[in-house]
Amino acid sequence: MNNEQININELSSIQLDALKEIANIGAGNAATAFSQLLEQRIDMSVPEANILPLSEVPEILGGAETLIAGILVKVAGDAPGKILFALEEKSAEKLTNMLLDEKLELDLKSKTDQIQDSTLEEIGNILTNSYLNALSRMTDFSLLPSVPALAYDMAGAILEVTFLQAGHIGDYALVVETEFLDGDEGIQGHFFFIPTPESLQKILDKLGVGKI
Amino acid sequence: MKKIRVKMADLNIGEVDDVLITSGLGSCVGIALYDSRTKIGGLAHIMLPEVPTNRKSKNPAKYADTSIELLLKKLRQKGANFRRLVAKIAGGAHMFKFDNSNPQMQIGARNIEAVKKILKEKNIRLLAEDVGKNYGRTMEFYLENGEVLIKTVKGEDRVL
Repeated sequence: MNNEQININELSSIQLDALKEIANIGAGNAATAFSQLLEQRIDMSVPEANILPLSEVPEILGGAETLIAGILVKVAGDAPGKILFALEEKSAEKLTNMLLDEKLELDLKSKTDQIQDSTLEEIGNILTNSYLNALSRMTDFSLLPSVPALAYDMAGAILEVTFLQAGHIGDYALVVETEFLDGDEGIQGHFFFIPTPESLQKILDKLGVGKI
Repeated sequence: MKKIRVKMADLNIGEVDDVLITSGLGSCVGIALYDSRTKIGGLAHIMLPEVPTNRKSKNPAKYADTSIELLLKKLRQKGANFRRLVAKIAGGAHMFKFDNSNPQMQIGARNIEAVKKILKEKNIRLLAEDVGKNYGRTMEFYLENGEVLIKTVKGEDRVL
């Protein structure tokens, strides 16, 4: 740990804007891939970059007990971190049905279908890769995604694991989030980009706002 | 009956017919301490095993060691008797399966181990536990009788 390491709760508004811009370009690329996959229009929210006390992180997806499907990808390379794609139960069901072109009930409480699992993992894979490609082009960093891992569970349990590393460093977490929406089908997905503190500094340096 | 919520990296105490609740424990561990005579109890939701040696923490409730210490202090102030305190713990799951998962890196397992070690050092008897595996848990701690209800999305509720 060097002394120059960024303190998350001291990020300036210019730095947060730079992170939103990254999320905008990354998620834009992912939304395009998503649209092509579903063969229909996918809208994307304006990205948000918020600094939250750790205790609030498990609450950000409608409460700690909300049932979600979480697809987590670890990122290695020049700027390591994690990417989480989260869908609420109904959205996950609609999405897999659209892609598989059949009506399967997705019961997250019981053992889910292998094919639904693979479908969701594959979606996570495609979205994450598109996001990282855009980020790579912007920063010249080599970013290597892991195979995705899937969990159906309480949002709180999934989020606390995803943002755990922030807890090692301090009492705040940087939450960079973009929402995907398919209004016709009522599918809503949340995309989170979680750089390590070292990566965060590298990315901000690369964008020319490392010291502001 | 008063419901008291305990968020991640936080703790709280209550008495008589209060219910202490912490939701969505993943790799974190929930620690319930109870004095059955006074019906005073406390619940902590810890994230990490111990305070790193190279830094001072601003939030003692985040780490197993400092959190249990603080919880004991609050329980003593409230009038609980240390010799009667018993513990029930839950959580410490391994939520995502990555192929290269190294057990030493699994924070859930390290949290469980740290909590058990500290309870032993403090001579607090561990009465029951529901730990590990790969799913999230919610704890509801009823101070009326010391029961801890464990809720998951995967199976039946369980009483500790």
